[in-house]
Amino acid sequence: MMLSKGLKRKREEEEEEKEALAVDAWWLDPSHPAVAQAPPAVASSSLFDLSVLKLHHSLRQSEPDLRHLVLVVNTLRRIQASMVPTASLPPVPSVPAAPGMADNLLASSDAALSASMASLLEDLSHIEGLSQAPQPLADEGPPGRPTGGAPPGLGALDLLGPATGCLLDDGLEGLFEDIDTSMYDSELWAPASEGLKPGPEDGPVKEQAPELDEAELDYLMDVLVGTQALERPPGPGR
Amino acid sequence: MVLQPNERRYRDWSHRRLGPWCSPTGSPAPLSCETGCGEGSWILVCRLLVPTQVSLLSMEEDIDTRKINNSFLRDHSYATEADIISTVEFNHTGELLATGDKGGRVVIFQREQESKNQVHRRGEYNVYSTFQSHEPEFDYLKSLEIEEKINKIRWLPQQNAAYFLLSTNDKTVKLWKVSERDKRPEGYNLKDEEGRLRDPATITTLRVPVLRPMDLMVEATPRRVFANAHTYHINSISVNSDYETYMSADDLRINLWNFEITNQSFNIVDIKPANMEELTEVITAAEFHPHHCNTFVYSSSKGTIRLCDMRASALCDRHTKFFEEPEDPSNRSFFSEIISSISDVKFSHSGRYIMTRDYLTVKVWDLNMENRPIETYQVHDYLRSKLCSLYENDCIFDKFECVWNGSDSVIMTGSYNNFFRMFDRNTKRDVTLEASRENSKPRAILKPRKVCVGGKRRKDEISVDSLDFSKKILHTAWHPSENIIAVAATNNLYIFQDKVN
Repeated sequence: MMLSKGLKRKREEEEEEKEALAVDAWWLDPSHPAVAQAPPAVASSSLFDLSVLKLHHSLRQSEPDLRHLVLVVNTLRRIQASMVPTASLPPVPSVPAAPGMADNLLASSDAALSASMASLLEDLSHIEGLSQAPQPLADEGPPGRPTGGAPPGLGALDLLGPATGCLLDDGLEGLFEDIDTSMYDSELWAPASEGLKPGPEDGPVKEQAPELDEAELDYLMDVLVGTQALERPPGPGR
Repeated sequence: MVLQPNERRYRDWSHRRLGPWCSPTGSPAPLSCETGCGEGSWILVCRLLVPTQVSLLSMEEDIDTRKINNSFLRDHSYATEADIISTVEFNHTGELLATGDKGGRVVIFQREQESKNQVHRRGEYNVYSTFQSHEPEFDYLKSLEIEEKINKIRWLPQQNAAYFLLSTNDKTVKLWKVSERDKRPEGYNLKDEEGRLRDPATITTLRVPVLRPMDLMVEATPRRVFANAHTYHINSISVNSDYETYMSADDLRINLWNFEITNQSFNIVDIKPANMEELTEVITAAEFHPHHCNTFVYSSSKGTIRLCDMRASALCDRHTKFFEEPEDPSNRSFFSEIISSISDVKFSHSGRYIMTRDYLTVKVWDLNMENRPIETYQVHDYLRSKLCSLYENDCIFDKFECVWNGSDSVIMTGSYNNFFRMFDRNTKRDVTLEASRENSKPRAILKPRKVCVGGKRRKDEISVDSLDFSKKILHTAWHPSENIIAVAATNNLYIFQDKVN
C-alpha cells in the first residue's frame, strides 16, 4: 500500500525484542490484558492505514475540525510508535536511565514516524496535484507537480506568520527547496542524534541523512496543520 | 419573522401524543428504575418538530402561518438536514426552551400556562418565536465557508419584560432580544394607517396617537453581534454571574466579552503553540462558575480540566487547579486518548462540583480534589470492545453533552439508538430511556431500556450489534427546578416529564 512504503516491519524481530525492551511498551506485551483483547500487532497496519486515511480526509476539508485532526494525529503517533520494531533501539545495557528512556522511544518512534510521514508527504503532493475536488484517497494518481492556480488564502490553522505564508505560496516544492536546519541544534533532538537513530533495518530510510528526517517531520507537520488550503480550490464545505 | 405565541400549528397532532399529565412535583423526585416502583417515572409530554417550512420564509415577510400545511410537517421523511437540532437550552425559569439547528435557526418554545379549564395541558411547550439567527457566510480571505449551524445557545437572566439570549455558530456570537408586543400606536398625523406619508397640505386637524391592543406578536431582534474574534471554531459560550460579561471558547483560545462592547474582547486563555506542529491538545468546552464571577473551567481533548481564576493574571494560561484522572493501565488502547477527550463540562448548580463527559463515561469532580473524580458513571461501557469500529465510522468522535437536574442529585446524558441515560447520585441507580416515536405509546410510562452485552438476550433487551449509531442523543436539557427534560433526537424535540403517582 502506497502509504506505508518505506517502512519495513519485521515481525520476527518484533517478537524477539519484547523481552529486551525495558520501557513500558505495553502494546507489545502479550500478557497485558489490553493487548490480549486487542487485535494482534499485525492488525495495527490496517489501523495505521485507516488513521492516515482519516488524516487525509480531515485535511481535505475546507476547514478541518482541529479537534478531530489533533486526535487522529496523536492516535497515529501511538500506532506508529507501536509498529516501530524495537530492534531499532540498542540492547538493554546501552539504554540510558529511566528518564531518558521515554525520550529515546519517542525519538526512535518519531524517526520512524518521520519515515512514513515522508512518504505520506510525497503521496500528498501527488494527490494535491491531481484533484480539483475532494476525492477519495484510494487511487494513486500520476506523480507530478501540484497544479498552479491562485495562491490559496491561508487556512484557518495557519497563523504561523507572514514568512511561512510566503513559503506556502511557493507551493509544496518550495518547502523541500528551503530546509531549515535550525532544529538539529535544538535539545529536543539531542538524545536522538547521539546514536539512537534507527538502524539500517528501517529500509529506505537509511538512504536519507538522519537530519533530513527531522526537517521533513517539521515541514510535514507544517503541511499537515497548515496546508489544507494549499492548491485546493474552495470546496463545497463540510 | 413573527409567529403567534401559543400557536400549536407546528405541533405534531398525531395520535402518539400522550396524556394524562400530572402536576409537576415541587422538588425533583428520585428516579424509578425498572426493578423498583420508585416515586418517579417519565412520560412523554410532547414531541415537537422543528418547523421545516419556516426555513423557506424570510424574516421580513409577514406571513400568514395558517396557510402552512401541517401535514407536511408530520411526515418524518421530509425532514431536512437543516432541521437537525444542534443545541437545546432552558431559560433560568424554565418557562422558555430554545433550540438551535443546523440551518442557523433558533426556535423558542414557551410553556403552556396553567388554566383551570385545561389542567392537563400544563407542562406542554408551544412554539413562541422562530428566527434565523445565523446565515451561511463565506470568508473570502481564506476561501472558507462558515457554517450557520448554531453550536450553543445561552440565556441571560431576565431583567425586564424582554428575553435575551446568546447564540453562536463557529465564528460569531449574537445577542438576541425576544420581546412581546401587544399594543400598537394608531392615529399618526403624518402617516396613514398603511404607513404611507400623508401630504401635509391635507391635514386639517391634529390628533394624539393612541396605543391600541393588537394580537400578541413576538419579535426577535439582534441587539449585538460579536464577530471577528475567533480564528478557530467556537465550541462554548458561557454567561458570567456578573451578567455583564460572557466568554466564548474556540479550539485554542477563550475570549472574554462585555455585552455592551462588540468591537473588542479580552483573550484570557491561549493554548496555541508557537509552532503549530507542536499542537497536541485543543480546548473542548468552557464554563463560568455559577457564583464566582472570577472563576471558570475549560476542558481539553486530553481529558483534563483546568480551573482558572481571572484575578490571578490577565492571561489565564496558568491554571489554578488541574483535574486529571490517571489512566487505567488495564483499559489502555490506541484509542485511550480519543475516548478520554472531554466533550462537555458543566458546573453543578451549587458550584461545588463539575461534571465532565467523555466518550464512555460521565464523571463528577469535587473542586477540592484534583487527582481523581469523586464519581464515575458508565454510560455505555459495552462500546469499549467496539472502539475500533467506532473509530472507523467516526462515531468515536461524537460529542455528547451532559446536564444536571435542578438539585444536582441526578445527571443525564445521551447515547446511541436514541437512548439517554440518567444517574441518580444519591441512590446510585440509573435508567436508560428511549426517545423515539415508535416506542412512545400513548398514556404509557416510558419503559426503561436495556442493552444486552452478551450471552442470552432477554425479550425486551437490545443487543449491542443492533444499536443504531446514526441515532444519537447529543443534546439534552433539564428544567432548572422541575423534572422536565428536553431531549433532541435529530430534528425531533422530545419533552418528558416525571410523573408522580
